[in-house]
Amino acid sequence: MRPDPIQRLDTMFFWDACERGEFVAQKCEPCNKLWHPPRPMCPTCHSLEKSTQTLSGKATVLSWVRQVRPASYGFKESPIVILVELEEGLRMVSNLVGDQPPTIGDAVEVDFEKTVGGKAVPVFKKVGA
Amino acid sequence: MVAASQKACIVGIGQTEFSKASGRSEQQLAMEAILAACQDAGINPADIDGMTSFDLDNTDEVDVMRSLGVKEIKYTTRLPQGGAASVATIVHAKNAVESGLCDVFVIWRAMNERSQYRFGQPHHSMSPDAHSSTFMEWCFPFGAQTPAAWEALSCGPYLHKYGITSEDLGRISVTFRKAAATNPAAWFYEKPITLEDHQNSRWIVEPTLRLLDCCQESDGGVALIITRADRAKDLKQIPVRILAAEYSMLFNHEIISDFYAGDLIRTENSEIVADRLEATAGIAPKDTDVAMIYDNFTPQILRQLEGFKYCGIGEAKDYVADGHLELDGKTPLSPNGGLMGEGYIHGMNNITEGVRQVRGTAANQIEDARTAMLASGVAGAIIGR
Repeated sequence: MRPDPIQRLDTMFFWDACERGEFVAQKCEPCNKLWHPPRPMCPTCHSLEKSTQTLSGKATVLSWVRQVRPASYGFKESPIVILVELEEGLRMVSNLVGDQPPTIGDAVEVDFEKTVGGKAVPVFKKVGA
Repeated sequence: MVAASQKACIVGIGQTEFSKASGRSEQQLAMEAILAACQDAGINPADIDGMTSFDLDNTDEVDVMRSLGVKEIKYTTRLPQGGAASVATIVHAKNAVESGLCDVFVIWRAMNERSQYRFGQPHHSMSPDAHSSTFMEWCFPFGAQTPAAWEALSCGPYLHKYGITSEDLGRISVTFRKAAATNPAAWFYEKPITLEDHQNSRWIVEPTLRLLDCCQESDGGVALIITRADRAKDLKQIPVRILAAEYSMLFNHEIISDFYAGDLIRTENSEIVADRLEATAGIAPKDTDVAMIYDNFTPQILRQLEGFKYCGIGEAKDYVADGHLELDGKTPLSPNGGLMGEGYIHGMNNITEGVRQVRGTAANQIEDARTAMLASGVAGAIIGR
């Protein structure tokens, strides 16, 4: 089964939100900027004051691959890996649900999948699929 | 301004054989390579007083000093970013000797990346802080767990935009293997491939990388000795001058998993490095005689040809197809066969080949080669007589 996410002090909020079925990004409180991957400090204003913002979950596929050999560790079959650009402008590595590769530019929306230890990660499915 | 007598020169190179099972420790490979480089230069290892390798190397300074009898080191550094750091070691070596901080600087790299661990495979015991970077956290649980997967994902938009086919990538692989076939030090000596072989090789990462788009996993060690011109003139070899060495890492960029910044088409850091090299060396990368370009995977050659301004954006596949990278072409590519053909000592064996080309002692010697470009994405150097 899918491996658990590696969790750190600075990124725990993201994975905890996924477990609750919420899709969020780090938001800098003073300057309102969103950042992904998360980081301890806002690179624009250097504030340590962080909150989260719920994301729309809408995204566009920028790139896709499938790791054939060696097969993806922890998975029954290597999943389709996608790089997406979220509606909010952030980019993220994730999976496309199913075994049909996307076309670059496809619209996708977020969903969640459980991991081996009962955590969760965001994945995407084609809009309308 | 550094006086001519104080400028950095590469005066010694050393390497072990490149194999799939060295049968000895990585530490021993390191010592053999460094000793060979010292003997090549005519330098007593006891005189080494500065050194560097880069991350993911299991040999450290204490090991090197203990075996080689190094009395004191005044400066050492361990660069991040894996193979992208290979040419960045030249930046450090140059600065260390030209500043007067060190007199004899050694760069080494030694790995049993095939027999001891599989460098290209997932390491599922990965700790949260492994790799001195946080990038793995955002790839591993999605099944993107190998360098090949990260590379293919980051190159996707570029390959898509310019309609680059698997055959386009295959031509690069064929070029490397053709050169390796006539280099006795290459693992793939006397083993050229055809485009059909490339097309028939199995998928490693769909839809981009076949087996023959990937570098090897190799065992071996490589080392270089750098000192100043005034000392170099009394040593055994023709000094190879470091005309320029530059490094650029940009905000929010990663190395192989470079997903989060930029347009995913241009490689801005290479463009910056190319401009700085030309300004310092007085010669552009494309006008040097040999192109030693880091080849972990074939798409990297296209992106670096454009990044280091050998051709315009989107033009690299035609630049390859037009034969410019052949040994008798305009800018011969890695006449040792590159990391794909010769061995993958994380980029360092491409640097020693650049030195041999400038000395005029390479197996596939480019006629009248006087300068060479060394490139590893974020770093570049121009060396010459």
